[in-house]
Order: sequence, then C-alpha cells, then structure tokens
Amino acid sequence: MSSPQEGKTLKEQLWDPIAGFGVTFRTMFRKVVTEQYPFEKEPTAPRFHGRHQLNRWPDGLEKCIGCELCAWACPADAIYVEGASNTDGPDGERFSPGERYGRVYQINYLRCILCGLCIEACPTRALTMTNEYELADDNRADLIYEKSDLLAPLLPGMEQPPHAMRLGDDEKDYYRGTFRSPASSDAEASEEATT
Amino acid sequence: MTSSEVEKADLVTLTIDGIQVSVPAGTLVIRAAEQVGVQIPRFCDHPMLDPVGACRQCLVDVPDAGNGRAMPKPQASCTIPVAEGMVVNTQATSEVADKAQHGIMEFLLINHPLDCPVCDKGGECPLQNQAMSNGYGESRFSASGGIKRTFPKPINISAQVLLDRERCILCARCTRFSEQIAGDPFIAMIERGALQQVGIYEKEPFESYFSGNTIQICPVGALTSADYRFRSRPFDLVSTPSIAEHDACGAAIRVDHRRGQVMRRLSGNDPEVNEEWITDKDRFAFGYLRTDDRLGYPRVREQGELRPASWPEAFAIAARGLAACGDASSVGTGSGVGVLPGGRLTAEDAFAYSTFARVALGTHDVDFRSRPHSAEEADFLAAEVVLRGAGHGGATYADLEAAGSVILVGLEPEDEAGTIFLRLRKANRQHRTRVWSVAPFTTNGLRKMGGTLIPATPGAEADVVSGLVHRDDIELGSTSVILVGERMATVPGALTAVARLARTTGAKLGWVPRRAGDRGAVETGCLPNLLPGGRPVGDASARVDAAAAWGIETLPEGPGRDADAIVAAVVSGELGGLVVGGVDPDDTSDPAAFRAALEAARFVVALEQRETEVTRLADVVFPVAPVTDKPGTFVSWDGRPREFPAIFVNPNALPDARVLAGVAEELSALGRGRPLGFRTSAEAHDRMVEMGPWDGDRATLPDTPVAPPTVGPSDGEVVLATWKPMLDNGSMQDGEKYLRATGRTPVCRVSSAVARTLGAMVTLEGDRGSVTLPVEVADDLADDVCWVPANSTGSGVLADLASPGSGVRLKGADQ
Repeated sequence: MSSPQEGKTLKEQLWDPIAGFGVTFRTMFRKVVTEQYPFEKEPTAPRFHGRHQLNRWPDGLEKCIGCELCAWACPADAIYVEGASNTDGPDGERFSPGERYGRVYQINYLRCILCGLCIEACPTRALTMTNEYELADDNRADLIYEKSDLLAPLLPGMEQPPHAMRLGDDEKDYYRGTFRSPASSDAEASEEATT
Repeated sequence: MTSSEVEKADLVTLTIDGIQVSVPAGTLVIRAAEQVGVQIPRFCDHPMLDPVGACRQCLVDVPDAGNGRAMPKPQASCTIPVAEGMVVNTQATSEVADKAQHGIMEFLLINHPLDCPVCDKGGECPLQNQAMSNGYGESRFSASGGIKRTFPKPINISAQVLLDRERCILCARCTRFSEQIAGDPFIAMIERGALQQVGIYEKEPFESYFSGNTIQICPVGALTSADYRFRSRPFDLVSTPSIAEHDACGAAIRVDHRRGQVMRRLSGNDPEVNEEWITDKDRFAFGYLRTDDRLGYPRVREQGELRPASWPEAFAIAARGLAACGDASSVGTGSGVGVLPGGRLTAEDAFAYSTFARVALGTHDVDFRSRPHSAEEADFLAAEVVLRGAGHGGATYADLEAAGSVILVGLEPEDEAGTIFLRLRKANRQHRTRVWSVAPFTTNGLRKMGGTLIPATPGAEADVVSGLVHRDDIELGSTSVILVGERMATVPGALTAVARLARTTGAKLGWVPRRAGDRGAVETGCLPNLLPGGRPVGDASARVDAAAAWGIETLPEGPGRDADAIVAAVVSGELGGLVVGGVDPDDTSDPAAFRAALEAARFVVALEQRETEVTRLADVVFPVAPVTDKPGTFVSWDGRPREFPAIFVNPNALPDARVLAGVAEELSALGRGRPLGFRTSAEAHDRMVEMGPWDGDRATLPDTPVAPPTVGPSDGEVVLATWKPMLDNGSMQDGEKYLRATGRTPVCRVSSAVARTLGAMVTLEGDRGSVTLPVEVADDLADDVCWVPANSTGSGVLADLASPGSGVRLKGADQ
C-alpha cells in the first residue's frame, strides 16, 4: 500500500495547497462588495422602479384624473381606482383640474410587480415611480397603499386640495403647460416641482 | 304558397366585395354586408331607427348600382337599399371606400375633444374603436394648429341625462329615438355647421320615461348618465343578464356590477319582449338595494323590543308563534294564520308562499294582491288568466304588434307597462294598429300611440266595455287584443264584461298587472281560490292532485279569504297570525284597516328586504334576498317565464323560499303541517315544474250579474280617478335622486269647466283626508271626474284621500 505523497512533485506537495487560498487572500485586500444595509443605504440606479407616487400640479391640485388607465394596464391587477366628479361653486370641491378626479386610489404592493406599465399608461403623468424600494411589512393590510400614502408631498407654493384652479382658467391650460405662476414668492419651488 | 317560397320570391341578389349574397328586398346595403361578414363602420345607423345617413361613416364604393351604371362617388351604405345585380365594394376590397371612411373619421374627430380618459364611454365607445380600425393615426387639423370648437361641459338635458356637446358627432340617434320610438321629441338638433348641437326646448325639459335609452345608443360619450357618472370603467364591470323587477313586462336587462355592487343597468336585447329598450325605472332604479334601511339579520321581539337573532332561533320562534295561533281547522276565535306575500316575488318564492300556506298552515288564506281587489278579480284570474300565454290562447307582444286593433281597459301603458307602450307605439307607426283606450281622459301616452279615447267615468267601465260590440267604428275580431289593467278589479262587472267581450269577438285577452311578481303569483296559486298550476280550489280532483303532489292527505275544501278578508278577520280576531311579505300598508285597499290588523294580530312574521312599517310591528322579521342575490323567475303579463340568475353570491341572503322552508320545518317539528319539500330557489323551481300545469277543467267565470257599484259620488262630489305614474314615491325608486327628479310634477286633472271655478291650486277632500295639488286641464275629462297620481304625494291617495272610484270634493285652494 503506497502513501498519498508518493509520486507527487514538490509543487504539488507545497504550492498547490496554498494556491487554493489564492482567491481568499486576493479578496482580503480588495474593496468589500457587501452593503451594510440597513445601516448604510445605497442610492439605486436613477431609473429604478420603486414605489409609486401621485404627482401634483404646482398649485397643489392632483394630476390624477381617476381615469383608471393604470388599473387597465396593470398585468397584476394591483391597482384599484374609483373616479368622482369635481365640482365648482361655493360648496363644490375640486381636487384636480377638469371634470374628474381619483376619489379612491389604491396600489396593492403584495401584487405589484413594479413593471411600470401603469406609468406608461398614465395620460397626465400623474403616476410616476420613485426610487423607494423598502416595500415590506409584517401584515398584508399595510401593503395596500391608499391615495394618502401615494400622493407627493406638498412643496412650498402648493395648497392642499380641494381648492379652485389657481394656474389657469380651465384644465387645458394645465395640460398644455400654459399656466401662470402660482404665487410669485414660491415661483422657484413650483418650477422645481413641475420638472 | 309557403312562407319560405314568399321569401324566395322577394330575395335580391347582389355582390359585396366579390361575394354573391341574396337578401330580402328592401334590406340596406350595410346589413347585407353583415351577411357576408363585412362590418362597415357606422355611427348613425341603428337597426331599430329609420335610416338617416347623418354621420357618413359607412361610405362604400358602388361600381354598379344594379342598372349597369356606377355611382359617381362613395355612397352611405346605411341609406341605400339593395338592388338586383348591384355591386358593392366596402373598405375590405376598395381603396376608394377605405380612403373615404378614413377621411370621414378625420372630419368627425376635428372637433371631438379626445378626452377619452375622463369620458364614461371610454373603453366601450364605437368612436374610439372605429377610430382605431378605420381612422388615421394623426389629425392634419390639429397638426396644422387648428383650434377645436369648445362648449361648456356637461349640461343637463334632464336631471338624469347629461349632454357633452363637444363629444357629439351629430348622428341623431338620440333625437330619432325620442321622436320615433319613445314619442317624446323633447330634444332636437339646433344651430348649424360646427355649432350644431342637440338642444332641448327652453320651456320643456327632456321629460321622457325612456330617456335612458338615448344614453345607451349614443355611439360617443355625448350623452351620459348622472347616476353612472365616473362610477367605473367597462373593464371593471362584470355583466350578468337579468330581468327587470319593476313591472310585469319582463324586460331583459343587463346588470353591470363591480366588487359586489351594481354600478348600472342596461337594456338587454330580446326581440320577443322589449327589443332593445327599457324604461328609465328599469334602468336607473336599483338604489333601493343600497339604502341604509336594508335588513341584515333576523330579529325577534322580546319584551316588546326587536332584538337580533340567529336564523335557526328566528325560525323556531316564528314557528312557535304561528303554531300558537292555532290552525284553520280548529274551532274558536283567533285560530289560523293569513298569508300576504305581496306582488313582487319571483315565481319560486310565490310557490313557496303558496305551499307554505297549504302544507304548513293548512289554509287557503293566501292572497298576493296587496292593492285594491275583489272576489270577481280572483274568479277572473282563475278563469281567464292563469295558464294563458303564447300558444295557450293568451295575447303576446307579437300579437300586439300584429293586431288590427287593441283595446286598453283601465290600463295606461306608458305609466304602468312601458314595454307594452313602446310595442303599441311601434305597432301603430309601422302596422297601423288602432289603439282604443277605455279611460277617463286622453293621456299623452294614448296620444303617442295614436290612440282614441273611449270615455268612461271610473266605475262605469263595465257598461262601456259591454257596449263596445255595438260600436261600428271599432273592429273587433281574432286579430284584436284586449288588455285589461289590474285596477279594473275594483270596478264591479268590468272584468266579467271584458272576458265576455273577448269571448264574443274572438279577441285575445291580456291581463296586465303592475308588479313583476303578480302573474307568477297567479300561476303558483297565491290566491284563495287557486292552487299552483291553475288548479281551482273548488275542483275536488284538482285539490287531490295538488295534495298528492305536496304529499299531504287533504286540502281544505272551500276557497280561503282574500287579502281584504284576511285583514278584516285579523282585526275581528277570527285569525290570529299573519305572514307578511313585501306589502306596503299604503298600497292596500284600506291602509288604516291593514295597520289595525298589524296591531291586532297576535303574531306577525315579516319577510322584507328593508325596514318598513310592517317590520317595525312584526314579532319576527326575516331579511330576504333581493333579486340580485337569488336566482328566480318572473312571469311576464303574457305568461312568459323570465328566468334570471343570481348576480351576487351572498350566503347571508336567503330567498323567501328558504325562510319559509325553515319555518315550515320547525312547525312540523312542533307537529304542525309538513316541511315544504324544498329549500333553495332551484329546488322550489324543480318542484314547481314537477307539479306542472293543471290539465283538468278550468274554473269558469260566474255569469251572475255583479252588483252595481254601491259607492258613488254624492252631490257636489266628483269621482276620483287615479293610477300610479311610472316615476313616483314608490319605495323601489328610493335612493335615486336623479331618477326621482325626472318624474312628472303631480297635478290634479279636471275638465276645463271645473278648472275655471278652481284657480291654480285645488284641495281635494275625501273620506280619508285631503290633498292640495296644482290644477291641470284635461280636455276630454268629464266634469264630474278628477284624476290625481296615486302615489306622488304624501303617503299616496289610498291613505291620504279616498279609494279610487269614490267621491271627493274639490275646492280652489287659493280662493
């Protein structure tokens, strides 16, 4: 019976076992790829498909018109919308320019596959996606995001709807972008919000 | 010559897109093209409306018009009838036609706002679809900076119908429908050129009972419904075919629902019944399903208060209470239970009530008629109505259309049976059917049917009908149809006279009740003198047959009490208990007596959908399933079974049949009666079919002269004529503010002579109260008659004024 050492060269006996650690040793001096999430948060790619946002016009009116085209486009049936009628006048309530607004807007992130087809379908660019990716929870109910969770925050110069159209006489001024500046002091901020 | 030979002789052969097709002469090219499978785009064309060629979308190339010559330009295929040897090339084969259609589409879209995302028609819009299939992707008009014509949007043309003039493509479907089908030409095209629009008369609102159909046939989103505005999208909706529950016409409808809620109802398409039209009530009145007072769970009375209970507990308590009332065979006061199912039941539920009364309670004291009625009517129903239908000697819609003359007796079709109204109007327009109406005055509805009045004071209809055979100007024969309304029940002798007239002239007879379940309740024996399937109670062999089918030994011999007698018997203490279905006390012939009976009864079981006066007084209240939550069958006035499926699966919604089965099982556990033998609606249906129609002798109408009316107007009084307009304060129109707003203003109609003495307002005083209404003149109303709507003011005429046919005093209210 022969020992395993027999018939091996010196290289095989001494170098090869150390060479096997080559990758290990090499990596020890490289930059670490591990991300220290959640202690350190890395920015995503700029066009990463994250949580949705419902945008506002510079005066704070909602861009969403409740048309349900996003719900129609959704391959996962994750979006539920109910439209309703804007009304003008003393006891009227206006949430968006034009006739219609989204009274109920829900996205079910248990179903959403973040494919972005809803964004493509939106006729008013009301629905866009943010880079926020922390969409996890310990119960199902909290993963159905309501309109209040999805609406963009009010920037300076914006006013919480319902209120009248401040930027133009009718919705066409909004859609064509031919609106006057909302409040002169906050013109810059609103400019930022529209871009 | 057989009919197929006639058809063959009338066929015209033409070539469409190179394919030969033979169609009947007079067919329009657009429909001949459908025969070869070519769909020509169209907007204004509608098979039920006269051709107009308004939208020009259906242009086709005609290289040979049948005379060897080519038509010089593309032609609108919706206005050209076929000709022998004609050659037509549609967009499928002809560049010319295709280019013409693309051009027209571009024109139509010039002023169209393209606001599809906010438009209610978006997703089911012919303009959207055909712009995709037959239009250019780009508009040269807006590309070159053209500014679209705009209008303020939307405007109300009635409370229920909204008009968006920007979207209108001027196809004139709505105006043609209003003029040709409904006969309410309150909308018309006004202005010219780009400003042309659908307009209403300034002083006359678009007041039509059929206005909702214009919304449905609008090929763009120009006409939309206030009720359905922005409620949902077509892809959200699940459609279920159903049957309208508001009248006895059995109109086919389509119920569109989303997440367990009915969003809208549309007309179905049933050429034998309602064609493609339904009334506004059928279309819009479903809000009663979502009112706050819907009952959700059974309640039982404990120490004077109603408290929630489980179903089994409520069944047991109801059974104990009913058993304590004794049964009909036991002697003594307060024994027995009366059953008042009401007239809104499906046939299955009515069969359950009928069975419950006989099998569980052992009585014939069951009557579905929650309205003024008479013993003569029960005899009439048993002799002339039950089991009569298409092919069994009854009148049908087809008979109405083919009839030479139609006599309406105590029936106002526009108000009480909209589908019949539309059929009669069509018959009059297309087949020159003469319509005669035995009524107090010429109504607008009668005018629209081209009808003639046979004046009759309320109460005198019997004599007028008997006299009809002697009139030369009215041709009555086998092609005639006599339609008699349910309110003739209260006129002594009228129904007998109508039956005799039909027998002597050979005319077909139709009984037209108001409620959807009335005819089904007759067929299933919810009457004191009828058992299911038309078995007369008076016929011993029919009783044996029914008893055998139910598996019981015997049935009581004599007929039971009718609804009025049940009420009287409960008040006097002869009957101890009541089982009440959907009955509104204010509909009954004596509301005060009915309320007294509810108070006097020792035990009341109520089966209702919503909280009512009856449920508040009842000892056990069962919530029953509405029509959306159960399958069932309505039997239309012409004896046509109209089955419909359950729309929602709602485990807590039990149909009346299931509730009654539950109570009957508990009763039998107490040693009273037998279980019904079925539980679900489907089982009830099977049992009903199994029992089948009676093949023995029918009941006959007693020929004994009926006593003349005892209640007549005394001096200074006028006779009260009344019926219910289609839209009024009825509880099934609750929760529909837009629909209610389209109802007609309640008025009191009097003759012009009387109106002069009254002024603008009149106060009517009857033996049950008084009502003040504006005065309106009806030209041919007799001086001693006035008409008021039966349920448009307060609690209705029966509760607040007097019973129909009795005398009331008129006083000018502003004198």
